[in-house]
Parts: sequence; structure tokens; C-alpha cells
Amino acid sequence: MKLSWRRGVGGALTSLTGLAALLIVALLAVIFLDVVRGGIGTVSWRFLTEPPSDGMMGGGIFPALYGTAALTLLMTLAVMPVGVLTAVYLHEYAPPGSLLARAVRVAVVNLAGVPSIVFGLFGVGFFIHFVGGSLDRLLGYQELHWAQPGILWASLTLAVLTLPVVIVSTEEALRAVPLEHRTASLALGATQSQTLMRVVLPGALPGILTGAVLAVSRGAGEVAPILFTGAAYFLPDLPHALNSQFMHLGYHSYVLATQSPDVEATRPLLYATVLVLLALTFALNLVAVLIRARTRRRAAAAH
Amino acid sequence: MQGQGLVGTAAVAPRLSSAARRRQLREKVIAGIITAMAFTGIAALVLILVFVAKEALGLFLDAEARHEASPSKMFLPQVVRAGKPPAFVWQPVSSVPKVSMIPLFIGTLKTTLVSMLVAVPVGVAAALFVAEFASRRLRELLKPTIEMLAGIPSVVLGFVALMVFASFMQDTFGLGSRLNALVAGLGLSLAIVPVIFTVAEDALTAVPRSYREASLALGATPWETAWKVVLPAAAPGILAACVLGFGRAIGETMIVLMASGNAAIVSASLSDSVRTLSATIAAEMGEVVVGSPHYSLLFFIGVELFVFTFLLNMLANTWTRRVLKRLSGAGA
Repeated sequence: MKLSWRRGVGGALTSLTGLAALLIVALLAVIFLDVVRGGIGTVSWRFLTEPPSDGMMGGGIFPALYGTAALTLLMTLAVMPVGVLTAVYLHEYAPPGSLLARAVRVAVVNLAGVPSIVFGLFGVGFFIHFVGGSLDRLLGYQELHWAQPGILWASLTLAVLTLPVVIVSTEEALRAVPLEHRTASLALGATQSQTLMRVVLPGALPGILTGAVLAVSRGAGEVAPILFTGAAYFLPDLPHALNSQFMHLGYHSYVLATQSPDVEATRPLLYATVLVLLALTFALNLVAVLIRARTRRRAAAAH
Repeated sequence: MQGQGLVGTAAVAPRLSSAARRRQLREKVIAGIITAMAFTGIAALVLILVFVAKEALGLFLDAEARHEASPSKMFLPQVVRAGKPPAFVWQPVSSVPKVSMIPLFIGTLKTTLVSMLVAVPVGVAAALFVAEFASRRLRELLKPTIEMLAGIPSVVLGFVALMVFASFMQDTFGLGSRLNALVAGLGLSLAIVPVIFTVAEDALTAVPRSYREASLALGATPWETAWKVVLPAAAPGILAACVLGFGRAIGETMIVLMASGNAAIVSASLSDSVRTLSATIAAEMGEVVVGSPHYSLLFFIGVELFVFTFLLNMLANTWTRRVLKRLSGAGA
């Protein structure tokens, strides 16, 4: 083959693959621009602080914002201890080649691939009917108290869903703590748990925080798992108890997008709601990226 | 105690002070708690299967459900109306429930196929570009940008498919139904492109430098190196990326719920509305009577989705590990 021909093919292949990368970036830009252009005019302080009104044709999204925040807070409280301790086991305590550690890794990989709607079914079958039903019988409630959709069950369902995110990023954070720190601590006579509490976990803290932020950003946007475990179509009251239903930004976007009686009238509200949701997840992801970059810089400086 | 050779030291070593013994006990308890926590992930996976399957079990135990949704009614053509040829119909809430899963399988297959046809070439090509051709600076800019797509909630992608893609397709091609398999598939591809890109890029960058250097030293151009050396070496990893993307596309719910039109139609046309397995659960679970045959049926679909995606994940996982092992072994 002639060299010029070979160069030509090479150029074509390079530009073709470059075009694919560009296409993805362009799509991202289209999504972002479309949502911003459609929603920016409607987002205002009042929109953020008022409940929906006129059969969801007017008003704001405050209950949805509040519900999303409360939901993700409960989820984080549930998932962080379990996820961090599991990662600590995998990285700090598991004997080399441990069967349990291998099984946990396989489980985590597969947990990450379970469809989100199946988590929703799991929430209904396990948390609402099994746990909630047992609680009701145990506490002697005549009417449904715990065996019904509520914010606690939705948060716990999301906690199971985000567990892999936390485990994987915490393990990465633990890996970044230099081995010398551990051996130095142990050599000074500290026990393994003292080393863990005073040396390893503080060293891994930024990475663990990144994991928490990523879990929040993932959990805050998931709608399928909360469809039947607690999200409400319309509920001007804020959730006041762990078994209350709640409004949710993502679910609210879905409802506005698909079940509006007058699409043209709700369009600005829909765009504004999606814009808030998108801005929230982007902001959270940005925070995660920033923490991670800072940790990397510091780790690089330490070596 | 330990043996005669150790008499001198053994007399000292086991006699710990009570504080030291307490400390040792505490260490054991903490290690125990941490080990117990590690079971949570496994427990979660097992509980998911057990509890979704448990609610689906009614389909096989309950007499009414066994009659209404027998395996033959779910998977074989049924005579729906007298005098008409047997057909596959999903109408679980009509007066005579029709529960054929075939339309749902076809719908899922159609949307998944469209999304794979778009996402695989785009995702793999973008990964090849970022891993092989892009300058370091461009790579550091492109990678997080493309991965940003993975951070967008699927309900937002569904919204984009519904508002932007559907109108665009309608205006450009004038398809019969505004929401159809094509629009849903395009929306889905947005969700799986970042998955395929990330995993494929990881596989490509795992190919040792020595492979590239050897190829270039033999006089191959960079594209020949990328195409004939790097790509084949990373092939199992790229295949794993596609399998993983396939699994995501099958299980993804909100996008297909919003953009597919949700009509359980049996046809080969991509411009017809479709109803997928996941969207069926999402759409019907809200109004179903707990414990009814229809309820068990929806959980049965959940079991199917769980099993499909589980198998695909295991497959992808094995392939990814294999390529990493082979390359790290060969590259050393």
C-alpha cells in the first residue's frame, strides 16, 4: 500500500472517531441549551418557594424540592455507614484472596446492574409489605401505618440502589491512603481499629465525601424506584413523618411531562422543573469532581 | 502450653495484662462488626431476588392466577375473539385479561436494538478517539464531559426524547405515531452511550504501551496501530462494554415510559408505538390490586428483568476481568 493512501485512511478514521466524540458533546450541549432556554424564564424565587397551584398549571415546586432534599438526606444517612464499612472490610480487613471479599465484589457489581424499576418492586415487596407489614402487626396498628408507601421506605430503597456507588468510591479513597501511614501507626503501637479511626479514615475522608456526593446525585435523580414506594402525584403538605408520602422533583417532571391536561400551558413549568433538577445534579457532580481533583493534587504533592 | 521449645518465651507472651486483653477483645468485636457489614451487599442482592420472586410466586400457587396467567397464556398465541386467528395480546385489565408477554418482549427488543445500533458505534468510536488519537489535553477535557452524560437523571433524558427527539422525528419523517420505538430507542442511546464509552475506553487504555510501540516500530501508522493492534487486543473488553450497555437498555425505565407511546403492538415497524417490560411495571403497578394475578404478573416481569440483567452483568464482568488479566500479564 502507498504511504499517502495509508495516511488518507488514517485521517478518515481519526476524523470519523473524532466526529463520534463531538456528536456526544454536541448532544450534551443540545440537552443543556434546550433545558436552560426553555426553563430559565420561569425559574424565580417564587417558583422555588411556592407549592404548585391551579391543578399544577401554576405555582412553584417547593414541596418537590423539600421532598427531594429530605429523601436524599435519609438515604445518605442509611447508605454511608453500611457502604463505608463494607469498603473498609474489602480493603483493610479482608484476608488476601478471601472468598467473602470476592463474593461481596461480585454482588456489588451485579447490584449496580439491577434495573432501577426492580429496586422499586423490591421496595414494595420487602420494605412496605414485609418490614412495614411486620411492624404494623407488632405494634398493633389496625389501619395501615407502616405498610404503605412513605419517605422512609423510598429512602431505604434508594440506599440499596446507591450502595455500589459508595462502596466503589470509598474503596478507591482507601487505596489512595499510603501504606506507610498505616504501618507507621501500627509500629507506634496503635491497634488496627485505632489506625483505621485516626489515620486511614481521616486520610480517605475527601474520597469518601466524593462518594457521598455521587450517591446523592444518583439517588436524587432516580424516579423509577420511588414510583410506588413513596412519591406522591400532588401533595401540597410537606412530609412530616417517616411514613408520609412526598413530592419529588424527578417524579414531578415526569407527571408534568406526561399527564398534563394542557401541554402548552404546563410547558414553562415543566422546563423550569427539569432545569432545577438538572442544575442540582450538575452542581453535585461538579462538587464531586472538585473534591476529587483537590485530593489528587494533595496526594501528588505528598509523594 | 505451646510446645517444649518455647517454654522460655511462652511463659511471658500469653500472659497479657487485663487492659491488653480487653483491647484485643475490642479489636475482635470491631473486626466482627465490619465483616458482618460486608454481608449487606450480598444480602441486598439475594433479598431483591427473593422478595421480587416471592410476590411473583402467586402466579404459580394461586388457582385463580394459574388459570388467568398460565405460562401458555403468557408465551403462546391465544384466540382472543372467536373466529379470529390466535394472537399475542397484552390487556391485563380488560374483563377477560389477556396476558401475552410477547408484545412486551418485542417492544423491549425493538427499543433496545435501536439504542444499540446508535450507541455502540458512537460510544466505541468516541472511546477509540479519546484513547488513541486525542491529545492529552483534549482527552482530559473530553472524558469528564462525556461522562457528564451519565450523571443526567434518566427522567431528564426521557423528557428530552419526549420534547425534542419526538418533535424532530415527527417534523422530519412524519411518522405515524409521534411516540414510537425509534424515539424511545434514541432516548435510550443517550443513557447507554456513556456506559459503553467508559468501559470501552478503560479497556483500550489497559492495552500496554509496548504493543503500540512495537507496532509503530514495525512501520505501522498510528491508525493501523489503533485498528489492527489496540482494538483487537481490547476486543473482549469492548464486547463487555456492549453487553453492559445492552443490559442497561433492557432495564432502563423512565425513558421508555415517557417516549415509547406505551402501546403493546406486535409489529416489525420501528415507527409503531411500543410497550417495554420495564415501562409496563412502571405504568401498571400504581393501580394494581395487591395480591391479584395482575400484581403477581408485574413482579414476574421484574424477575425476568433481574435474571436477564444479572446474566448479562456476569458475562460482561467475566470478559472485562479476562482482558485486564491477559493484558496485565502480557504487558509486564
